[in-house]
Amino acid sequence: MDQPAGYLHWGFILISWPNLLLIGLMVVLFGLALILPFPGHGSSTEEEKRA
Amino acid sequence: MKSDVRDESAGSWTAATRRQLERRLPWENLLPDRQPFWVGSWVYVFGVVTIAALAWVVLSGVVLAAFGPQWWHLSSVGRFFNSLHFWSVQVFFVFMVLHLWGQYFMASWREGRAPTWMIGVVTFAISIVTAFTGYLAQQNFAAQWIAMNAKDAINGTGVGGFFNVLNFGQMYGLHVMLLPIAIIALVFLHIVQVRMKGVVPPIGHEPEPAVTWDLRK
Repeated sequence: MDQPAGYLHWGFILISWPNLLLIGLMVVLFGLALILPFPGHGSSTEEEKRA
Repeated sequence: MKSDVRDESAGSWTAATRRQLERRLPWENLLPDRQPFWVGSWVYVFGVVTIAALAWVVLSGVVLAAFGPQWWHLSSVGRFFNSLHFWSVQVFFVFMVLHLWGQYFMASWREGRAPTWMIGVVTFAISIVTAFTGYLAQQNFAAQWIAMNAKDAINGTGVGGFFNVLNFGQMYGLHVMLLPIAIIALVFLHIVQVRMKGVVPPIGHEPEPAVTWDLRK
């Protein structure tokens, strides 16, 4: 933990691996939020439609 | 009788403010138990998680401020609260950015919601300054290193005369008082704006939803 982080240096892109990993995790989380069903939501809507 | 009282107070600022609040912020908007069905998505959870993280940031920050630097660096409980403060800030920023992505891609400034969006933008900017002053207020070598590296950049912007990163008292005062008050006030306004205007509908959807989602279920 006391060592400096490693860096990805690709052309003009320079970013530490931990930062790149975090951004990757955020993108994955964002994608999951779009596709995963929200609990209890579908049944409530169906009930409203029937009412 | 009630309307007579209102007529008598027609020129009163207090009465005018009360009428404005009653008209623009009715209780059913402030504390709704039903939401449009599109709110039932994980994307809408990002903002709530950001607020929850902010609550932990403030609570842990109050404890740190009460006990001081020696406690948060040297005692095990102090180091725990120091870490709690640091990691809740990380969660705060991660979910604020996820919230920003979600609102950006659904163009949440539509249909009179520009103030909500702009308050969010300003809150984000102030949060960055608050986090920066937090790094400067750590009272360790990292804080000194960051301050020494930052001073030239800050001086380069021309605000060094008002914002001296080498002045611990100024940075600490900003970090524990002025900036948190600004963030909490802006977040409050942000939520009130959302309650006033309602949650933005998906692009191309009818403004008034035919089907609502009962939050009590």
